[in-house]
Amino acid sequence: MKRFWTAIALIAAILWSLGPFLWQVVTSVKPDNELALLPPLLPSAPTLDHYRIVVNGTPFLRFMANSMVVAFCSTLLSVAIGAPAAFGLAKLRVRWKGLILLFILSASMFPPIATVSPLYLIMTALRLRDTLPALIITYTSLSLPLCVWIVTNFFRRVPDEILFAARVDGCSPLQAFWHIMLPVAAPGIFTAALLVFIFSWNEFLFALTFTATPASRTIPVAIALFPGVHEVPWGEIAAASILATLPLILLVVVFQRRIVEGLTAGAVKG
Amino acid sequence: MNPPPTDRGTPFVAPALVLLSLITLYPVLSVLALSLLHKLPLFGISRFAGLENYRFLLTDDRFWNAFRNTVYFAAVSVSLELLLGLALALLLNRTFPFKGIATAIVLVPWAIPTVVSARMWEWMYNTDLGILNHLLGVKINWLGSPFWALNAAVFMDVWKTTPFTVILLLAGLRVIPRELLQAARIDGAGAWQLFSRITLPMLMPVILVVLIFRTLDAFRVFDAVYVLTGGGPANTTETLSVYAYKVLFQTLQFGYGSTLSVVVFLCVGAISVLYIRLLGRAGQ
Repeated sequence: MKRFWTAIALIAAILWSLGPFLWQVVTSVKPDNELALLPPLLPSAPTLDHYRIVVNGTPFLRFMANSMVVAFCSTLLSVAIGAPAAFGLAKLRVRWKGLILLFILSASMFPPIATVSPLYLIMTALRLRDTLPALIITYTSLSLPLCVWIVTNFFRRVPDEILFAARVDGCSPLQAFWHIMLPVAAPGIFTAALLVFIFSWNEFLFALTFTATPASRTIPVAIALFPGVHEVPWGEIAAASILATLPLILLVVVFQRRIVEGLTAGAVKG
Repeated sequence: MNPPPTDRGTPFVAPALVLLSLITLYPVLSVLALSLLHKLPLFGISRFAGLENYRFLLTDDRFWNAFRNTVYFAAVSVSLELLLGLALALLLNRTFPFKGIATAIVLVPWAIPTVVSARMWEWMYNTDLGILNHLLGVKINWLGSPFWALNAAVFMDVWKTTPFTVILLLAGLRVIPRELLQAARIDGAGAWQLFSRITLPMLMPVILVVLIFRTLDAFRVFDAVYVLTGGGPANTTETLSVYAYKVLFQTLQFGYGSTLSVVVFLCVGAISVLYIRLLGRAGQ
């Protein structure tokens, strides 16, 4: 009996989680004349027209490419700057360590709306407005606290003796970091990278503020500002949403365990 | 036993600190300075105004409206997310086949970009063609009525962010020793007693952490509301971040817009201090 109720509850949970997304899938393959009616719930003849219009009739591939470049570069930079910092904070002597950790933690709590206007003025002054580097620099910095936090927790679990042995054998701190610590902490770094990638792919406020033309527009801004001539093109919006979301759903399904670990790393122990 | 860390770590930490100072700390200090100016870049106006912006803010009805909306949004969405998250976490903590797949599916809304989920829900909320009205057999103008619009935004946020609370609570549940629950069961405790006397108290620190993360996020809400309703109808869904954004980038008043941003910043700071105190007390 208990099993039965568990099964019912699980089905409800799955419908709740996937329902809206599945409805968007249905919408994306419904012909326009059937979108203007309800019922029928399901299309009589599914069509890929909306996808064709989105890919051929809008700069959608350009937006996807922009998002890819921005998310990849931000992830790389965030890890490249964050992992050494995490190593230093977890394993080495750093003056005012407590203060630095507090600064990093509180930086992650700063509301984006509080930094967007000065950053806009800075990016305009540097002539970086409407360019991808403006977003990459911003996302790297915004995701840095999370990255440092997760990787620091990982480094802390590595026994000090490993580092000590490497130093006794003549490794410099940098060599010890590169050859010994990085491979050991690779899973933690990968986890952090996943979360930074997802954050950068989804970010909206700064992308909306810093970009002005399709040249640098990212996917979330494109979907928010999806143009409609007479009425809202729901079919095309649905198709674009599916294309923009698929990479993320793939990441979540494949790396579910890592993502769960990353989300809980800072919260439950820290 | 552990060798004392003697190597200097400063060179490793320095790049991160420099970047954070330039892109996070400097802007925060700069927004404080901007909030004391009358600054309209469009007209080349920029003069010192002292606390004038703050004085104006206190009498600005639209600010108080946005403040109330934000508090309502944060309070209702975070409470619902916690309750629903707890239910889902207890469910996923049971033993059943294909648990990994079920967990991944529950995570899906979290991975969907907020903008995408806002547009998904906008379509589902559609008065004539939305599936929600069709399933409920009603004709509610969800996003057009002052009563429903803010609740519609809350509901979407609950769908989108509950997975996050599920993940954290699930991790908290796994830490509770099974022997403890078994011992209580042998002593004759019922399901409700197990939950209220053992599970819930042991979960308290994690619940507080969930509350911190979620309240701070909900208080800063921008994307969800901006894309779903744009703050309408008649500003009934306008939150502080949305109002600040409009003042900054639609009317280009950088001075007053920055003042609003500073207020969001101060609120978020006050909330974190409050929670961290609670957490410190719970830890003792």
